[in-house]
Amino acid sequence: MTGLAVQNLWLIPALPLVAAAIGALTPRTGRSLAAGAAIAAMGVSFLLSCGALVTALAHPAAHAVSNFAWFDLGASAFRLGWLLDPLTAFMCVMVTFVGTLIFIFSLGYMHEDVNAKQFFCFLSLFASAMLGVVVANSLLLLFVSWELVGLASYLLIGFWFHKPEAAAAAKKAFITTRIGDLGLLLGMLWLYDSTGSLLFFDGGNGVLEANTLGALTAHTALGGFALSTVIGLLIFCGAVGKSGQFPLHVWLPDAMEGPTPVSALIHAATMVAAGVFLIARVYPLMSADQALAHTALHALTVVAFIGAITALMGALIAVAQNDIKRVLAFSTVSQLGYMMLAIGVGSWVAAIFHLLTHAFFKALLFLGAGSVIHAAHHEQDIRSLGGLSKKMKVTFATFAIGMMALAGVPFLFSGFWSKEGILHAAHEWDVSHLPLYAGLAAVVLTAFYMTRLVAETFFGKARSHASDHAHESPATMTLPLVILAICAIALGFLGTPAFPWLQAKLLGEAEVHGHSLLEGAGLMMLSIVLVALGLGAGWALYGRKLRQKSTSPDPLAAAFPGVIAFLAARMKFDELYAATVFKLNSAAATFADVLDRFVWDGVIRFLARLGEFAGIVNREADEDGLNAGFDAGSKSLRGTGNAYSRAQTGDAHGYLRVIAIGFVVLVLVVMMGGGR
Amino acid sequence: MNALPCTIYISFLGALLALAAGMRSAATARVVALLTALTSCGVTLYAASQFVPSQGLQTLIDVPWIPQLGIRYHLAADGISLTLIVLTGIAAVAGILFSWNIEERTGEFFALFLALIGGVYGVFMSADGFTLFVFYEIAIVPKYFLIANWGSTNREYGAMKLVLYSFAGSALVLAGLLWAYAAAIAHGAAPSFGLGDIAQAATQFSRHEQLGMFALVFLGFAVLAGMFPFHTWAPTGHVAAPTAASMLLAGVVMKLGAYGCLRVAMPLFPVGLMFWQPLIAWLAIIGIIYAGLVALVQQDFKFVIGYSSVSHMGFVLLGLAAANTTAVSGAVLQMFSHGVIAGLLFAVVGRMVYERTHTRQLADLRAMPLHRLMPFAAMTFVLAGLASMGMPGFSGFPAELTILIGAWKTSPTWALVAAVGVLIAAAFTLRVLQVSFFGTTEGTAEPASHHHDHPLPPITWPERVGALLLIAATLYVGLKPDILLDWITPALQSPLFHAALKGGSL
Repeated sequence: MTGLAVQNLWLIPALPLVAAAIGALTPRTGRSLAAGAAIAAMGVSFLLSCGALVTALAHPAAHAVSNFAWFDLGASAFRLGWLLDPLTAFMCVMVTFVGTLIFIFSLGYMHEDVNAKQFFCFLSLFASAMLGVVVANSLLLLFVSWELVGLASYLLIGFWFHKPEAAAAAKKAFITTRIGDLGLLLGMLWLYDSTGSLLFFDGGNGVLEANTLGALTAHTALGGFALSTVIGLLIFCGAVGKSGQFPLHVWLPDAMEGPTPVSALIHAATMVAAGVFLIARVYPLMSADQALAHTALHALTVVAFIGAITALMGALIAVAQNDIKRVLAFSTVSQLGYMMLAIGVGSWVAAIFHLLTHAFFKALLFLGAGSVIHAAHHEQDIRSLGGLSKKMKVTFATFAIGMMALAGVPFLFSGFWSKEGILHAAHEWDVSHLPLYAGLAAVVLTAFYMTRLVAETFFGKARSHASDHAHESPATMTLPLVILAICAIALGFLGTPAFPWLQAKLLGEAEVHGHSLLEGAGLMMLSIVLVALGLGAGWALYGRKLRQKSTSPDPLAAAFPGVIAFLAARMKFDELYAATVFKLNSAAATFADVLDRFVWDGVIRFLARLGEFAGIVNREADEDGLNAGFDAGSKSLRGTGNAYSRAQTGDAHGYLRVIAIGFVVLVLVVMMGGGR
Repeated sequence: MNALPCTIYISFLGALLALAAGMRSAATARVVALLTALTSCGVTLYAASQFVPSQGLQTLIDVPWIPQLGIRYHLAADGISLTLIVLTGIAAVAGILFSWNIEERTGEFFALFLALIGGVYGVFMSADGFTLFVFYEIAIVPKYFLIANWGSTNREYGAMKLVLYSFAGSALVLAGLLWAYAAAIAHGAAPSFGLGDIAQAATQFSRHEQLGMFALVFLGFAVLAGMFPFHTWAPTGHVAAPTAASMLLAGVVMKLGAYGCLRVAMPLFPVGLMFWQPLIAWLAIIGIIYAGLVALVQQDFKFVIGYSSVSHMGFVLLGLAAANTTAVSGAVLQMFSHGVIAGLLFAVVGRMVYERTHTRQLADLRAMPLHRLMPFAAMTFVLAGLASMGMPGFSGFPAELTILIGAWKTSPTWALVAAVGVLIAAAFTLRVLQVSFFGTTEGTAEPASHHHDHPLPPITWPERVGALLLIAATLYVGLKPDILLDWITPALQSPLFHAALKGGSL
């Protein structure tokens, strides 16, 4: 296979964009055309991505770029460009591969929806925007694509906008991520102002290259931080929003309101991966301040702690959720926390490895959940499901593989290896071991809640009419599950400690230097024990004694009612924001509205009164002046209709005069004051 | 290029013809008006194709008018004028297409409409202070009659308020110009209202004179650009106005104010600009955020759009206040962008929605499945809304980005605070979008409201063409901002603006 040159890299996002355009232009009845175009475009993009990977792996250390000017601003110009390196190539392959499978799955899942053609149009747009993020060689182009990702997610989460929750969730996702984007925008402005460029790599002048980074670390911005720290943290805000990190994670679980393939796409291949990818991409900038000993704070330290908090918080909340998709949603929050943690402790390759494996097994889990929901007539409450293992054998088997990959069951499953890499990196971090402990705690919790999820959903007896009558989904839905399940196992072997091929390529090393398989064996043993503990506890509580009725109490909730209720309410973050941010915002808006209606208007009316008074005073003097002409003019026009007969144009000039004179006096007073 | 002044005369002539045609039939008046607008739009596009940006300000016509006072009829154009002239041409065509259904005194309506357009063209070409002032006044008067006669909600009040503010603004401008004129003579210059001559003489003015004159002229124009706290005329005026008038009001007339600030106040009184710059910038920023917040809680669809206009114009004023080439070129780009986008938004709200549903209350619209009843209007509003919230791909994105980058150069704090406005714009746009077009019948008291039984009249062809024209304009400029920036930037780098834009090039 021949490689794809960087000049042609734009084809990868362009093809799905064309498919989106075709989807937009076909009439509602042309759903097979829209779907066919979407799947075909993704398929071809996948092949092109493989070509790009071949090119990138030939010279893994090179950052091949192709830059061009977008628009000129006099002396300088905004320049955009494409970038091809192993990071881009691996991401492209993952997005297009997982995307293609999700698209195929959607064929079956959205079979009955009348707006299916629109759905495929939006899906293509979503994938295209994400691929744009991945191939961008310019923070500006990345930001443009980033915003389009937000737009597409808005359209897709709110796809069933007739459900008020879906409409609200879409808006919440868009606004919450845009809060983060504000930071990214400001970081971008600052970066452009201090470097004059937004290109990542530009033959030595890019913002991720040594010259610029040196200049950025040499400058101090506010509070004694290096400029690179401040800009890095602003950019990180964008990632916090998109990747659902604490404290902007609140949109992610609500995004479940979209159709399930959308959830799979958001949680696996596209949206949330964008934030982690962004920080991995700008890692040289994020880590530029590491060399500075005197700074109070390194940007990456913040990233590590935010990641650790998110990992632990997501896992805790997932324990108490009852909706199959919500459990998975919070597991995504938690796993994204791991990835950020990895970047924060200095191992962005571990983060990308986990990003890639997670993309496959999380897509698998979501599509599996979709298969269950589809079969069970949109029943999503795990307490009302049950007994599906016999009715849906393929779905069950593949879901179980996904569950074990997510839980980190040792050796065979990809999630184990990628999570191991993160824990190992956290262990070696010399700043603090708190993130490591958070990560280890989340390991137990993950194994626990996933065991609970599988036990409740698939075992025991059917606890509702819907789940009683469930049957296996069609092949368009099960085939992607099988393929993803194979990947969820196989992918792990690309990056084991003995053969860290993926890591070596990402770091730009031509050869792979393996270590002993048992490198860091102590930590690995510990985490295996923790996984076993989680699985065992989950089985003891939910597997040994299976739920009989959908209304039976949850054993954990019975033991710790307060804690579980708090977690089930998602630690009350939504309530907290509703009581603070939203209230403040709506108070400000109402205040501004009142101000506008009464105060400014009142001032004007007051001035008008004043003018009326002045008008009376010097009407005599004025009658023959300018007004007379104006009045005569308006009188003749007044004949055409009485609508404006009440308009007292004479008074009008009176008001004007007073306003004008008053202002002149004011200016004179100010100036005289200034002159002294 | 030399054909550009024809646009003024064609518009005035078309106004007379439309008036005469209106005596016979409404249909003829419409066709006459459309042909007039198309012709002048064609002339501007032709002129644009001949335009050489590097030549700077090119005199189109320069003859004595009132020689005793040194007043000349002097028209000239550079890239900034041309951008706004093209905008006017597009807005005029779109406005007429969206007024196709005016049945009441059609001839008079289009006559006033075209007279307004003619005045606007004139302002954008004037290189003589007095000429500019005359055209400015010509543009104000028809607005009043358009709103008071063909308007809706509270129209007399809206029209009166708008005209009062406009005249108050122009009174300030006149006072400032007269002061500068007199001061120039006092400093030994020959009597002249030529903007170039005054700028020359103004270099001799005392600091106090500069500060005072700048304040008068800038404030006078900024009132019409919707500067906080002198913006309240805008929402009420927009709401009261008939669709085409609010399209022009937001699309073009507000630009007159901003253009006046840029063309008159800034280059003539650069010392004044330096002094007042922080105040203007902060008023602009307050306007961006404040108007956005107000838009967030409006119950009337048109008020939301009206306040969004004020918020977007705040970006223009911020760009002007930042006073460097980047920010000001962004401001001019934003003038164009907002002209097109606001026109589109008002067209959807005023023409497509209001004239079919006869309500603009969001609570009523929520109960109607408008996305199903009029999918074209819904699609248009989605696109216009995206453009309005600064989504990449539409013209608002490069414009606001350029303004923020330029503002950052002058003061990072300004850019920092103003960027919040982008977030608020997303919030109020999404709110109104969901409530108006994608509202649900669930949860309302009368799910089967009688609107379901009466399908709304379909969207007509003139509406479709008008909407597509504006969408194409915002998309084209959004993807290739170069097309306008290549005109704007050389104009700002010309000697005219050297003193005002000390920040110079990047």
